[in-house]
Amino acid sequence: MSSLGAADQKNVSEFPDTPGPSRSGARSRSLGDWLFRRLTGLFAAVVLLSVLGMLVTLLAGSWPALKVFRLEFLVSKEWNPVTGQFGALAPLYGTVVTSVIALLVGVPVSFGIALVITELAPPWLKRPIGVAVELLAAIPSIIYGMWGLFVFAPAFAARLQPWLTDHLGPWPVLGLLFEGPPMGIGMLTAGLILAIMIIPFMAAVMRDVFETVPATLRESAYALGCTTWEVVWRVVLPYTRVGVIGGVMLGLGRALGETMAVTFVIGNAHDVHLSLFMAGNTISSTLANEFTEAVTPLYTSSLLALGLVLFVLTLIVLVAARLMLMKMRAREGERT
Amino acid sequence: MESPEASSTSSEPSTPMHCEVPLRPAAGVPARAAPAGGPKVEIRGLSFFYGKHQALHDIDLDIQDRQITAFIGPSGCGKSTLLRALNRIYELYPGQRATGKIMFGGRNLLERAGDVNRLRSKVGMVFQRPTPFPMSVQDNISFGVQLYERLSRPDMEARVQWALEKAALWDEVKDKLRQDGTALSGGQQQRLCIARAVAVKPDILLLDEPASALDPISTQKIEQLITELKKDYTIAIVTHNMQQAARVSNYTAFMYLGHLVEFGDTKKMFTKPAQQQTEEYITGRFG
Amino acid sequence: MNLYARRRVVNWVCLTLSILATLFGLFWLFWLLWTLFRNGVQWIRPQLFVESTPPPGANGGLANAIVGSVILTIVGVGIGAPAGILAGTYLAEFGRTSRLGWIVRFVNDILLSAPSIIIGVFVYGLIVLRVGHFSGWAGAVALALIVLPVVVRTTENMMRLVPDSLREAAAALGAPSWKITIVIVYRSALPGIMTGVLLAMARISGETAPLLFTALNNQFWSTDMSRPFPNLPVVIFQFAMSPYEDWQHLAWAGALLITFTILIINIVARTILRRTKS
Repeated sequence: MSSLGAADQKNVSEFPDTPGPSRSGARSRSLGDWLFRRLTGLFAAVVLLSVLGMLVTLLAGSWPALKVFRLEFLVSKEWNPVTGQFGALAPLYGTVVTSVIALLVGVPVSFGIALVITELAPPWLKRPIGVAVELLAAIPSIIYGMWGLFVFAPAFAARLQPWLTDHLGPWPVLGLLFEGPPMGIGMLTAGLILAIMIIPFMAAVMRDVFETVPATLRESAYALGCTTWEVVWRVVLPYTRVGVIGGVMLGLGRALGETMAVTFVIGNAHDVHLSLFMAGNTISSTLANEFTEAVTPLYTSSLLALGLVLFVLTLIVLVAARLMLMKMRAREGERT
Repeated sequence: MESPEASSTSSEPSTPMHCEVPLRPAAGVPARAAPAGGPKVEIRGLSFFYGKHQALHDIDLDIQDRQITAFIGPSGCGKSTLLRALNRIYELYPGQRATGKIMFGGRNLLERAGDVNRLRSKVGMVFQRPTPFPMSVQDNISFGVQLYERLSRPDMEARVQWALEKAALWDEVKDKLRQDGTALSGGQQQRLCIARAVAVKPDILLLDEPASALDPISTQKIEQLITELKKDYTIAIVTHNMQQAARVSNYTAFMYLGHLVEFGDTKKMFTKPAQQQTEEYITGRFG
Repeated sequence: MNLYARRRVVNWVCLTLSILATLFGLFWLFWLLWTLFRNGVQWIRPQLFVESTPPPGANGGLANAIVGSVILTIVGVGIGAPAGILAGTYLAEFGRTSRLGWIVRFVNDILLSAPSIIIGVFVYGLIVLRVGHFSGWAGAVALALIVLPVVVRTTENMMRLVPDSLREAAAALGAPSWKITIVIVYRSALPGIMTGVLLAMARISGETAPLLFTALNNQFWSTDMSRPFPNLPVVIFQFAMSPYEDWQHLAWAGALLITFTILIINIVARTILRRTKS
């Protein structure tokens, strides 16, 4: 196993499905066996209970708010603690938009890094880059947030934002995305910081997955005269499609739920704008900023309702990824 | 050289499963065994199922006491399955079951009654790939012994030495007893596994293609070792190498697609086999 | 342009783009590390490790937060890792093909990908609301819930890597199931399992969100886990977002400390793994 940083994210159903020696029927088994099995099973149940508990807590806590706002909660832009009107649209919009930006920028870059590591880098360079990528994936998100606020945002406001406004602003439809004062912070900044954050993670997963391609498969493609790019695009990628999509989904899940990297630079404004330069909010940044300040029960309950929305969103992404992978595997038959 | 036709006259009753061979004062080293004779294991009507699929059909044969019985046949013929029925190792996996009788020590070892772990102390097994445990050479050997006996330190060390000598490994590892078992060479690891199996003083040794993962020189050493071990243990060996069976065994069973095609004296089988199929396999016309 | 030439151009273009992408990605990350180093290292002084967090405008250090984080990490790993190892053992030895095993694995994945702030909210409802106040214990439990799924996964992976032939060899000697797992499988998989625990530990060292509503923070020296507990990530959050320069300096220093610690733990964990593989 080449990397462990992404190995904890790898899907263990890559192992062949044999029942394993310990799982026999009840034969002459000692007390020790019975105890051991019960003990390990107990902690497996703890995993189940934790997630169940999370769901129950969120549902119970958000029930008051959901009762009041019903489904309008999801589409209302209001967020007024004084009048007691709350709506999830702004944070939800921010969560989705920043994550999409993160994926749009992050996936091609991660793919490029994985390609360079597996196909282009000379042997003496492979390990260092790989290790660097894994170490970078370990940097906690609060660091990205701080750096984003103090270093990236000012530079962004000074150089990149004016450039974007000048060059892309005049364009008919796309220009609407790039309007507004160059504040440095905002949706685009948050999305870019997120992208930088999930790049090492996705690159490590993709690299691991690319390396599972059997050498003989790649060699036969080269032997036919394929260029490097063709080998990657036509042979490696289709072979590893399952793992790559899984990795991207995991990156998406991470981006959706990320708090600290985003809270510093999103601007904390309950608003929905088309322009990416404007400040906004994500669900997690709203929670981070306002949870301890919520004074009324309805306020707290609305925040919990936001949390429920986020949990369900990540759950949907995870289940969709799983189902997609299962379908792909079934269609293609067993792969080693 | 006993002839198989004399097998009907047993010279002595088989040892019951839980009766220990009397020990010499130096505990840890068993007494010299009584002279060989008679069937140690009698298999009658053995069938085996992987789920719905039947892998063995009604096998009848005897495994002679302190003789080497080899099982040969093409891949998938059931020879390993048969071996694994003898120590009920298949019970680790759900969906696998055996029917019929395997008489050992006056009892059918397939019956539920009887502690399967004790059975396995009487029937040892060595696998195709060497499987040294992740511990020192010494601990590898004492692991099995500790399951059944409480020996003092000097007694345990004596047992370890005895087992390693029996496996023709003592000279090579006597200075490395504390070294990790996985640090030995492939051939040494396999002999370590043999020593480990021998250390618990079984009656029977089951060897499942013990040399197939080894180089020719280690293979030769293992074959010599097996021939030596025959003096004290009943040995059943599965091999896909016919020449090995011819070199090493006293009796050979040829199996095909889960059926026992022919069983008899090795020399006879290889020079004048009774069944056409046997002859075709031995001369290499299939398999 | 004939087909062959076109293929070569496409190849050249795509490979160049890939290299540029790599440089692009690595550039930002190295710039981040560089500014982190530059902004933080000047504030690493002895007083950082001796004095507690100060009120705005005053001088101080991060001692209480550092010690608090160490304690929280150790307790969090102490709760989460053994539970994770045992649960992972269940999946690896008893739950390989069973329906229950599949469910546990799936739910574990959910826990693994759950946003850490939601875990914080959960523990808030579970413990903080019941008890009535924030506490170090609540923070440790939240961290333990982050450690748990990571350790479950790595433990299961590592134990499944141990070949079944080793288990069979022990069973053939007559060893009971539990002994096979503990003496043989654990020993083989131990370096991998330990690495998983270390990596989980590195991960929670920098987690802020789950602590925001559980341990909160404590600006004074405190080792009382039943009260709001000082910890480095939340301190950094508060100080960095504040308008006070002194506080921001401390935040940079703290950020550098955390990053450095995490990198060291990662390097140690990978070295252990590599050394036992050879």
